[in-house]
Amino acid sequence: MTAATATPTMSVPEISTTPKLPALQQSLTLAWRNVVKIRHQPEALMDVSLQPIIFTVLFVFVFGGAIAGDWHDYLTYLVPGILVQTLMFATGGIGVALNNDIAKGVFDRFRSLPIARSAPLVGAVLADVVRFLTAIGVLLAFTALLGFRTTQGLPAAALAVLVAIGFAMCLSWVFVWIGLTVRSAGAVQGVGFLATFPLTFGSTALVSADTLPGWLAAFTRNNPVTHVIDTVRGLLLGGPVAEPLAWTAGWSALLLVVFVPLAMRAYRRRV
Amino acid sequence: MTSDSPVIEAHGLSLSYGSTRALDGVDLTVPAGTVLGVLGPNGAGKTTAVRVLSTLLRPDAGTARVAGFDVLADPQQVRRRIGLTGQYASVDEDLTGSQNLTMIGRLLGLPRPAARARAAELLAGFSLTDAAERSAKTYSGGMRRRLDLAASLVGRPKVLFLDEPTTGLDPRSRTEVWDVVRRLVADGTSVLLTTQYLEEADELADDIVVFDTGRVVAHGTSDELKHRTGAQTLTVRPRDRADTATVLQVIEQVTGAVPTLDGHGTASVAVRSETVLGTVLDLLSTQGIALSELAVRLPSLDEVFLALTGHATQSENEKEAVA
Repeated sequence: MTAATATPTMSVPEISTTPKLPALQQSLTLAWRNVVKIRHQPEALMDVSLQPIIFTVLFVFVFGGAIAGDWHDYLTYLVPGILVQTLMFATGGIGVALNNDIAKGVFDRFRSLPIARSAPLVGAVLADVVRFLTAIGVLLAFTALLGFRTTQGLPAAALAVLVAIGFAMCLSWVFVWIGLTVRSAGAVQGVGFLATFPLTFGSTALVSADTLPGWLAAFTRNNPVTHVIDTVRGLLLGGPVAEPLAWTAGWSALLLVVFVPLAMRAYRRRV
Repeated sequence: MTSDSPVIEAHGLSLSYGSTRALDGVDLTVPAGTVLGVLGPNGAGKTTAVRVLSTLLRPDAGTARVAGFDVLADPQQVRRRIGLTGQYASVDEDLTGSQNLTMIGRLLGLPRPAARARAAELLAGFSLTDAAERSAKTYSGGMRRRLDLAASLVGRPKVLFLDEPTTGLDPRSRTEVWDVVRRLVADGTSVLLTTQYLEEADELADDIVVFDTGRVVAHGTSDELKHRTGAQTLTVRPRDRADTATVLQVIEQVTGAVPTLDGHGTASVAVRSETVLGTVLDLLSTQGIALSELAVRLPSLDEVFLALTGHATQSENEKEAVA
């Protein structure tokens, strides 16, 4: 037995045995909690497993012929767009989950423990990587069956996945904030859709900005989601990478700088 | 810290939600190794007081020290020394009992094997070993509450906050929770317990404070409060309705108060001590009157309230002002 179990009940727990980065370890422990929850109810991954397939089928076969003349060509154009779009929709789940945790009182327990204030939130954001990887895995496997191939090699493809997930994790903080601010889980979903719909559809996910009317093209070209998609497209299929990547990094940093403090403040205030 | 300084000391705690004064100048003291029962109806401010003392809420005014540290200046130090079991079992339903406790051990900085060992030890102590690998959503209400209690004990707290630990439990589960609390107190843990049941405070608490609309309206031991309220109730029901008049007469003779009679032929009167029971029984049996009911019961919370505050509890209409 350890020293902690040998001490009498009255004594203070041996916090001094804490690892070097307690906040990181606490965040990882809470991320583990969220991953275990997914294992206990795999249906929690249903949205991220089915969405890429439904979007692909819908856009490639319903619109593909009309938009690009040939569904095969359109598939190639579309995969980077669907990849980012799926992650955009997957990030909303975190707000709903946090809202539920608070309603159930689980967070009261965390807040009464001597742990970093940020740990439950960081843990939730880290755990979502499992959802993101599932979505990307399903999408790439399904579109590979349809004939999609990357042209820039595996390292570039891996970097594309990394960039997309990195952006999604920064975007998650927006939904963490919304999840902590809005009263009910249903409302979180509503607000989330309002934010993600214009950003995802008003991007280069489905069509090139050149085809759009001037005002919309201007929005689309400056939409952060467009930069992410262009980066992923460049890394998977060739094309300029450096400029959209720089924009993506800038937007990601901006999201963190604005929404991490907002989320932390909302967390401290939330009763 | 010396053992004779109080583990909880609060002065003038006040907190408002909008126009609702949830706490209005509350003073509390819990000496080390004792149990303080906080008694009151829904909306009296009990939960708010617990949330302030366990560092979940900042008060608008007032000071509080828990386990030697100021809840506002040193919340992390306070958190290292307290355990909190909320009104609604805050265990993670999707995790197993074992995973719930191991997670908290890890969060408290225990290495994985030590966290697992501590979890197993607590599960055994709470008769949950058989259910250790089942997800908590399959647990009964009593099991869930025991797991919740175990979760608040992983860090071996000096001070334990129990917010209505038996609300909604069946009588057997309630007794189980009481046994656990008694064991903890015997081991030296200090406890602040909120409850709506006078019986529960009577069973567990050394001292009782009564809350009403955010204020402490009475303070004392269970016996002191009973004497102040004088609201133990003697009830007598003769087997034969024809004896009712004699029963009323005997009761009045013994207690000096005029009893009331309900529709079932039960006579009842407020008494200060249960010793009248023997006298009444003796007098009635010498007159050959058979009884189907004879009891002295504790006052209900409503009766205590009425006696202490002059108004009834408002638990029907007012919800606890905390989300």
